Amino acid sequence: MAPIVKVEDLTKRYESGFTALEGVDLEIEEGEIIALLGPNGAGKTTLISTICGITMPTSGSVSVGGYDTVRDFRKARQMIGLVPQEISLEPFEKVVATVNFSRGLFGMSPNRGFVDDLLRKLSLIDKRDTKVKELSGGMRRRVLIAKALAHEPRVLFLDEPTAGVDVELRKDMWDIVAELKAQGVTIILTTHYIEEAEAIADRIAVIDKGRILLVENKADLMTRLGAKELRIELAEPVDAIPDSLAREGLELAPDGRALIYIYDTRSERTGITRLLADLQAAGLQLADLQTKQSSLEEIFVGLVHQADAAPAKEPAA
Amino acid sequence: MNHNAIVAIYQYEMARFFRTLLQSFISPVVSTSLYFVVFGAAIGSRIEEVEGVSYGAFIVPGLIMLSVMQQATSNASFGIYFPKFIGTIYEHLSAPIDFLEITIGYVGAAATKALFIGVVILITAGFFVDLQIQNWPAMIAFLILTCISFSLLGFIIGIWAKNFEQLQLIPLLVITPLVFLGGSFYSISMLPPAWQTVAYFNPVVYLVSGFRWSFFGMSDVPVLISLGAIAGFTALGLAVVAWIFRTGWRLRQ
Repeated sequence: MAPIVKVEDLTKRYESGFTALEGVDLEIEEGEIIALLGPNGAGKTTLISTICGITMPTSGSVSVGGYDTVRDFRKARQMIGLVPQEISLEPFEKVVATVNFSRGLFGMSPNRGFVDDLLRKLSLIDKRDTKVKELSGGMRRRVLIAKALAHEPRVLFLDEPTAGVDVELRKDMWDIVAELKAQGVTIILTTHYIEEAEAIADRIAVIDKGRILLVENKADLMTRLGAKELRIELAEPVDAIPDSLAREGLELAPDGRALIYIYDTRSERTGITRLLADLQAAGLQLADLQTKQSSLEEIFVGLVHQADAAPAKEPAA
Repeated sequence: MNHNAIVAIYQYEMARFFRTLLQSFISPVVSTSLYFVVFGAAIGSRIEEVEGVSYGAFIVPGLIMLSVMQQATSNASFGIYFPKFIGTIYEHLSAPIDFLEITIGYVGAAATKALFIGVVILITAGFFVDLQIQNWPAMIAFLILTCISFSLLGFIIGIWAKNFEQLQLIPLLVITPLVFLGGSFYSISMLPPAWQTVAYFNPVVYLVSGFRWSFFGMSDVPVLISLGAIAGFTALGLAVVAWIFRTGWRLRQ
């Protein structure tokens, strides 16, 4: 199946000479949630802005639903909804008016039933005729989502949707995203919160210094790059690891009450069976066992550092 | 063409106008009344007639032009500047609309508001002086074209402006002096010859003159030249707006 969003060799260079995107290639499948991870200034917002038509590309191309975003901008943009990072809303306008405005701007005829249903889904129906300035920050974010969905887009861009919101609202937001996905909406999400990507994304794209470092299925990424940690709680503390147990990946916790073993889930032999047998032979009593997967955050930090350490690629001639 | 977008922008802008209808209505009525008190009663009592027309009636076209030009400029400039200021311009830039549709929406709304003010002033003036309009179609045409052309100018100012100070700069420092010096309250023929020559470099002279002609059948410059001037001004405004949206100047990076 053809990707719903296709970014090819996209470069964005500002007049100041700053290169925000450098030869970006990205394909997004219909119906998936892809999280775009990257540090500040990595190029996440520029990438979204360029796909949505807010920023003009220096070179390369973007197509949405098979339509080029420059040549067939009307058809391409019709399919896109954007929730910006900043809460940008006209304060004196009523919620329903601002949502209707967005719907009209994208060429759709007024449809009270659809708009009311949308407001209901986003728990905004009670605020239908309330002025935006009277809403809380969380409600305003919902209004932004309602505006982005007002023209029934097939692709939704969420630029840092939960930046600066409390935990409860963040969870609500995740529920909304899950519901949209269930309705078949493709979602592209930029976030600083790794846990957010970990919780809701199907695929992860890591971007840094305007380049895509990696695009991979989240579960595969975590399996491929994620080391696992086995923590062995000891019944009695020890001063040092006995010689018979010494091996690569095994460390003693600072308080001497636990042994920490890092192993690779992909290798044929993890060494766990042998380690447990050696522990018994050494006469150590075990109190508890725990395993922990590396978080996406650890993987992300590792990837970005790895990219920083790598020599810079020659710019295209 | 994205008709729904044009309607959405137009209605949104008009809603802003209707929210402050009382203010929009009272302000021109009060200022027109004041102009009649100052120019009509105080100064008019010493001038009496200009080319056979009572001074009170003579200033009505200029008075309407003064307000229409100011209102059209300020409404259009604010209309497009405000989304830039609060950040909602992203919607316009990411929507499936082109420059013509955005321009029709914003300029159409600003021109409608200015037209409303012009009509209010015309009605208010009717309470103070005995008005005669010799050529209604020409009067309506000049009024509408002035509303559109100055709304276009305001639209360009709104895109150009980076802050509220700049938004006020051109209307206050350029348009108001040009309107006052453009024969709004006097005939160019009343000026000394040297100043008459200078006045003909003022584009507003041609608009006021043509508009006054539609009322009284007299003008400082031939009416066709006035019509050509306003048509040229409108075309220039459209060309600048087209260039802005093609290049993304002050809008897209």
